Amino acid sequence: MLGFEHYAIGFVDALRRTGLTVPVGRTLTFIDAVTALGVDDETHVYWAGRSTLLDRPEDTPLYDAVFRYWWNQDERALRESAVEIETVTIAVDEEEPDDDGEAGDDEGDEDGEIQEVRFSAAEVLSAKDFAECTDAEMAEVYELMNRLRLAGPFREARRSVRTTRRVRPDIRRTVQLALRSEGEPIRRAFVEHGERPRRVVFLLDVSGSMETYSRVLVRFIHAAVVGRQRVEAFALGTRLTRLTRELSSRDPDSALAKAAEAVEDWSGGTRLGDGLRMFNDQWGQRGMARGAVVVILSDGWDRGEPEVMGEQMGRLHRVAHSVVWVNPLKASPGYAPLAAGMAAALPHVDTFIEGHSVDSLSNLAKVVVGV
Amino acid sequence: MAEKHAADVAELIEQLGHHDYLADEGLATAIFLAIALERPLLLEGEAGVGKTEVAKVLARWTGGELIRLQCYEGIDVNQAVYEWDYSRQLLHLRTAEATGQASGADAAVLENELYSERFLVRRPLLEAISSTAEARPILLIDEVDRADDEFEAFLLEVLSEYAITVPELGRFVAEKPPIVIITSNRTRDVHDALKRRALYHWVEHPTFDRELEILRLKAPQVSEQLARQVAAATAEIRSFGLYKPPGVAETIDWAQALKLIGAETMTVNAADSTLGTLLKYREDQQRVRGVGLEEIVAKAISITG
Repeated sequence: MLGFEHYAIGFVDALRRTGLTVPVGRTLTFIDAVTALGVDDETHVYWAGRSTLLDRPEDTPLYDAVFRYWWNQDERALRESAVEIETVTIAVDEEEPDDDGEAGDDEGDEDGEIQEVRFSAAEVLSAKDFAECTDAEMAEVYELMNRLRLAGPFREARRSVRTTRRVRPDIRRTVQLALRSEGEPIRRAFVEHGERPRRVVFLLDVSGSMETYSRVLVRFIHAAVVGRQRVEAFALGTRLTRLTRELSSRDPDSALAKAAEAVEDWSGGTRLGDGLRMFNDQWGQRGMARGAVVVILSDGWDRGEPEVMGEQMGRLHRVAHSVVWVNPLKASPGYAPLAAGMAAALPHVDTFIEGHSVDSLSNLAKVVVGV
Repeated sequence: MAEKHAADVAELIEQLGHHDYLADEGLATAIFLAIALERPLLLEGEAGVGKTEVAKVLARWTGGELIRLQCYEGIDVNQAVYEWDYSRQLLHLRTAEATGQASGADAAVLENELYSERFLVRRPLLEAISSTAEARPILLIDEVDRADDEFEAFLLEVLSEYAITVPELGRFVAEKPPIVIITSNRTRDVHDALKRRALYHWVEHPTFDRELEILRLKAPQVSEQLARQVAAATAEIRSFGLYKPPGVAETIDWAQALKLIGAETMTVNAADSTLGTLLKYREDQQRVRGVGLEEIVAKAISITG
């Protein structure tokens, strides 16, 4: 007869196959835990797994389903819980063979020339609206965007740094220095406040009306997440998806693929107010938005109630250091923020800027850094 | 005092109950495993669900000393592990100087003296590691999500070896590893490596039955009828999707407030005038009043009979 270990390993394997990440060492801890509790009781096995194999509450429904499937042979459990995740890819579309095929070949042949071509193209491209770019141009745009970096903004930190200015005495170093001069504190050391990067939170609207832009903007956010500490990213659609973890891979393609997988409602409906509410409830109020620069990238189309939008923006604004709204449509001639959601949100926005081109995004980088 | 043990989860629930903490099976299992497997226990959940209380009740029950490390942004080794008592060191130096000890060959001796345990200030982590008490100390690392990532990495090092090195003195190794409870309000994700090391439990708001038991225990002067109504109304109010759903502490406050203004059973007026003890956001109060306190009170009374 097979021992409990065999079933335990099978269970962990079943969890992994549904997409849950379980580190190897965890299986052993799980077996130890069940041994400590006794295998005779199903609830022991259940709770042993909950406390050793999971590390976030979002995975609980999945765990429950797999538990029923594996230990109770309940095949339906998996189907009912709709475990599978829809996959969407954000990678750049392939060039159409008829039109651009030749251009692509040329690039491959002579390296020297392309450099030049790219350089001149960069100037034109950086002001061009993403919506009007061809696929080949988009690839160049992505190149340009990879060069954007966020450096600041900084806030005062609790940790102190050494200074020559006589701000606050550093007793520890003064004693160390005194030791070298036979106990006489001749040279005195000082410290002052250090600086820490302020947290930056990106909220990207992934609804249908933003489709052209959101797939480009997510690259900008990726560059920010990998280029700097303390950046958080979320996708706002009919639901809220945290993307920080997915976007933290240095390889842009794998990061974007992971992000696309995580967002289940890419190009879905628009309920911005509700999305903001979810953010405030689950993350913002608890501390993520506190003292942070919050950047919302959205066209402001919202099918929900404008009052909800206003209320949620107010909440966000009260905890955040500053709120920046990036609207790709702002650059369109004759644009006025007529969308009810946008109008309701504006009183709670510190900076309202455009976000339709590389130029405007480098401008955004400056705004975030706190010019 | 020798440390108390529980043979199984049921006994642990009972023991914690004796010390005024009502744990459900999931939480009790996680605590039991943390003690049995000598692993830290990471508790996450909304504010006010009783995460910190777990460490306190464990200390009351096992007889171990409660050592608390409150995390905040910018916390560093000097506040968490150890610090030298600089002002006393300076004083010692001056005394040595006055008695002529500070010069020549005595300088090395003097330096050794300065960095001896006599001038070492133990902060919570070192205190927990170097404890020699018979009962294991309970190390509470509270609100770890407020500290920086770098601090977490350091914490991981301490928690995987239960040892700390003070360069001037050498290595402190725990005789018996402390029972470690880490809490987080989830304002950001705790680092994966730390999660891998620890056991995990997400603490939910209590169910109606458990909250009622808590009320009986913590607010015994409140009548059974009122306690049931408060528990029912609170459970209902939590389902409204408020900014800050009331925690257990707020429920207890509300029951006591109702009792203090002389209510033996819940009325709309009494509930209205004491709502501030339960809900601390103006928007939340508006939402609840918008739904209608009459309705909530009537429902709570009808459910509880």
